[in-house]
Amino acid sequence: MTLYNREQIQDIIFDALGAIAPEVEPAMIAPDRPLREQIDIDSFDFLNFIIRLHETLGIDIPEKDYAELLTLNSAVEYLVRRCAADQ
Amino acid sequence: MYEFHMPSLGADMEAGTLVEWLIKPGDEVQRGQVVAVVETQKGAVDVEIWEAGTVDKLVVVTGRKVPVGELLALLRTVGEPAAAAPETPKTPGTPHVATAPAITAAALPRAEAAAVSAVSARLRVSPSARKLAEELGVDIASVQAAEPGAVISRADVERAAQAKTLTPVAAKPAAPDWHAQMRMAIAAAMSRSKREIPHYYLATNIDVTAVSSWLETENLKRSVTERLLPVVPFMKAVALALREVPELNGFWIDGALRSSASVHLGMAIAMRGGGLVAPAIHDADRKSLDQLMADLRDLITRVRSGRLRSSEMSDPTVTFTSLGEQGVEGVFGVIYPPQVAIVGLGKITERPWVEGGVVVVRRVATATLAADHRASDGHRGGLFLAALDRLLQEPERLR
Repeated sequence: MTLYNREQIQDIIFDALGAIAPEVEPAMIAPDRPLREQIDIDSFDFLNFIIRLHETLGIDIPEKDYAELLTLNSAVEYLVRRCAADQ
Repeated sequence: MYEFHMPSLGADMEAGTLVEWLIKPGDEVQRGQVVAVVETQKGAVDVEIWEAGTVDKLVVVTGRKVPVGELLALLRTVGEPAAAAPETPKTPGTPHVATAPAITAAALPRAEAAAVSAVSARLRVSPSARKLAEELGVDIASVQAAEPGAVISRADVERAAQAKTLTPVAAKPAAPDWHAQMRMAIAAAMSRSKREIPHYYLATNIDVTAVSSWLETENLKRSVTERLLPVVPFMKAVALALREVPELNGFWIDGALRSSASVHLGMAIAMRGGGLVAPAIHDADRKSLDQLMADLRDLITRVRSGRLRSSEMSDPTVTFTSLGEQGVEGVFGVIYPPQVAIVGLGKITERPWVEGGVVVVRRVATATLAADHRASDGHRGGLFLAALDRLLQEPERLR
């Protein structure tokens, strides 16, 4: 497994979001506000987002951790931590 | 000789453009095979045929806009010799519906089909466009279709009416875009619903702690790709509860209720950038939760990529909307005609709940029903919501 830095994780998140909501402009995302307030995604989109992160990063994100992915900042923190822990 | 007609892919559809034939004369076709792609106001639809046989003739060429009910192709049924078939289509416009038999007949009101046949060969006008022209005082003969040879639609009439009221030099407006078309399709269906259907509305709060906890435990055992969305057990419970109150599952046609023996659950799915469709998950009452999840995944993916199948568009027997996703606590739906009910599920929230004289915190969701009072009464609607509540208390039995 690869060790990712914050920028790489952020790019992976943008890629995953872009695949689901192509209209998303990464620069427009406020990093500390809930993603779902800024992007029109439903629970199905969110599950696909999680699946894409799982496929790219090779980590399994349990449902109880979904809250950690609420904002861009918290998602980056969480994923950096999880990827490092899996090393 | 079997006649394959342009199916009605929902109550709001007047015509569709034949984009592609997936068959050619001489091909063998099976029941349920996708034989053509038709562009509707709600996107491209894969149209299935509901008869097996050999393709004899393709009557309509690709690129043409065709009214609902018009002959598209002729099929020699099994055992029918090729030569023996004189090509004599029956009375034109007879609502001899080829696709998804019982249901399409339901979705195609008799009067509209009759009106299609009454239209002269020279002037091809959709029935509701004709009606709108009368309402707006537009001379139908002066209306131009969007494309040469196409059927004159409501949009064409509206453009003509606008041109009439605006300055005479008004520039010719561009063809309506996809979003505008979708809006108009929804407008037509929902206006008809509110005009024709006497809705009644019921709501009840359901303790969904049991089903939510069960789902959490279940998803813990599953890898991310196999997880069930929260809505899935609700879909199953709604489908099972409908079996107990069949007056809510079916169609209101020609002044009478036609209950359906199958539960084809129309799932209201929002489209990216606005608009919605409610295609069916067939036989939802008889499917496992895993199967329902797989079907839902497939359906949403195709809604978002714009490829639905004709039977999904034309035969939902009831609609289910889970707007709770967006945070609303209750949703009182507008029935999609000729269906007779729409079930709504609000957001699951933790609320104070009294149980055995003690206030406890429970996960609660508001389930709602909007139903056609011609087809059922509030008492029966209440029984449906009670059945839904009961079924949700035993989630392990929903599998």
